Amino acid sequence: MRESWQRLYAMFCRYVYLQRRSLPRILGVVFWPVMELLVWGYVTRYLQQVAVPLAPLITFLIGAMICWDLLYRSQQAVSLGVMEDVWTRNLINTLITPLRLWEWMAATFLYGLLRGLIITVLLATLASALYAFHLWSLGWALGLFALELLLFGWALGLMTAGLLFRYGYAAEALIWGIPFLIQPFSAVFYPVTVLPPWARAVAQVLPSTYAFEGMRHVIHQHTLDLELFWRAMGLNGLFLLVAVLVFRALFLSSRASGRLVRLGIE
Amino acid sequence: MTLIQCAEVHKSFGAVRALNGLSLAMQAGEFVGLLGPNGAGKTTAIHLLLGLLTPDAGDVRVFGLSPVRQRTQVVRRLNFASAYTTLPSNLTVRENLRIFARLYGVREVERKIATVLELFDLGTLRQTVAGRLSSGEQMRLSLAKSLLNDPELLLLDEPTLSLDPYRAETVRQLLTRIHQERRLSILYTSHNMREVEALCHRICFLHRGRLIADGSSEDIKRQFNADTLDEVFIRVAQSGELVTQEEPRHA
Repeated sequence: MRESWQRLYAMFCRYVYLQRRSLPRILGVVFWPVMELLVWGYVTRYLQQVAVPLAPLITFLIGAMICWDLLYRSQQAVSLGVMEDVWTRNLINTLITPLRLWEWMAATFLYGLLRGLIITVLLATLASALYAFHLWSLGWALGLFALELLLFGWALGLMTAGLLFRYGYAAEALIWGIPFLIQPFSAVFYPVTVLPPWARAVAQVLPSTYAFEGMRHVIHQHTLDLELFWRAMGLNGLFLLVAVLVFRALFLSSRASGRLVRLGIE
Repeated sequence: MTLIQCAEVHKSFGAVRALNGLSLAMQAGEFVGLLGPNGAGKTTAIHLLLGLLTPDAGDVRVFGLSPVRQRTQVVRRLNFASAYTTLPSNLTVRENLRIFARLYGVREVERKIATVLELFDLGTLRQTVAGRLSSGEQMRLSLAKSLLNDPELLLLDEPTLSLDPYRAETVRQLLTRIHQERRLSILYTSHNMREVEALCHRICFLHRGRLIADGSSEDIKRQFNADTLDEVFIRVAQSGELVTQEEPRHA
C-alpha cells in the first residue's frame, strides 16, 4: 500500500510540476472560469434589475456556473492526464513502470480535486466581491452536492480517457466536448421541469441533474433534500462502476490491437 | 539463467503480420543485438517483452514471468530507452528523474539521481526543462532514467539514433562499462551495423517476423558468406528468398 501511495504521489507531483511550470497553463485554468463568471455575473445583475421578484431565483445562475465548472474541471483533469503523456511521447515510459492503472487514475482524480478546489475558492471569492453572491453562506449541504458533481466528473473523465486509448487523437475533441453533451440535460441553469418529456427522460439518468436540483433546493429552502442527494449518489456509483469497466475494456483492447503502442510513439 | 524466452510468437496488426513464429532466448549477462530491416519485427518484439502488446499466439517470458499477467513483477526488474519516446518536455531533468525514481520505488532518490546525472554528464542541466534539451541530451536523459531502478535487463531501441558521433561513442563506451561492471543484460536494436558489431556479443537477425540468424557477428557473416554485417543487412533487406534458404540457427 505504501508503494502504491508513493507511485500515486509521483504522478500527482508530475501534474503539479507541469501546472506550476507554465504560465499559459495556469492562465488556462483560471482564465475561462473567470471570464464565464464575469459574463454570468453581469447577466444575473441585469436580470435582477428587470425581474425583481425573481431575484433569488436568478442568483442561482452564479452558483450553478461555479459548480458546473467543478464537474468540467474534474472530468478534464482525468482525460488531460492521459493526453499529457501522449502529447509528450511519454506514454510508453509511464506504462512500463510499476504504476498500476488505478494508481494513475487516482492521481488524476486528486489532481482534479485540487484544481476544482482552487477554482471554486477563486470564483467564490470573486462572486462575493463583485456580485455579493456568498457561496459559503449556503452551508455544508451545498458541499455535498458539489461532491456529487466531482464524482460524476471523474466518471466522465474515466470514460473519456478510455476513448482516448481506443481512438487516440481522433477522440481528443471529446475532452472538451463530453461535458457539454450532458449540460443541456443536467438542468444546470434551469429547473428540470422546463425540459420537454424526452429530454427529461435523459435528465433522470444523470446524477448531475439531481445535484443541480438539490443545489437549487438548498438555495431556496435552505435545507438538504436527502432524496435528491441519495439519487445522485446511487447514479454516481453506477456511473463510476460503468466508467471503470469501460475504461479497462478499452485499455485492454487498445493494448491487444497495438493502438496503445502507436499512440505512445506517434 | 534465462532472462528472455519467446516461443513461436505470432503477432499481427490487421493484415500485417509483424511476428511470424519468433523464437528467441537471452541469457543473463548477455549483450544481444536485435537486427533486421524496417518491419522485421524488432520493435514489436521489444513491445511484447515490455508487456505493451499481447501475443496472438505463442509464449513470451521475461525472468520466467509473463510480462502481461505478471507485469508489475517484470517491469520492476527491467527498463527501456528509445529514440522514439521522450520524457515530459515541460518538466526539468531533475523533476523527471525524481518522478520516475518514485514510480520505480527507488530508495535514496536524491543520491540515485545524482549518480545517474553524473554518469550521463547531465549535472549542469539538472534544472533545465527537458523540452529545451538537444535530441542528444534528451537521449542521455532517457538513458539516465533507464538506470534509475538498477535494472537486470535493459531494452534499448536505437538509442544512438539522434546522437552526434562523439556522443554516440560516449554512450557506447558507457554501455560497455555498465554491462561489464554490473553484469547488466542488454537487448539492443540499431541500424548501425558497426555499432552492433562493436557492442554486442551475440546478434539475432530478424526478417519478416522470424529469427533467421543467431550467433556472433562472425557466425552471421559466415552464414551469409558476407564480409560485413552491412552486406548481410542489405542482402536480407533486398531479398527474403535468399535468407530463407538458410536454416536459422537458434541459440
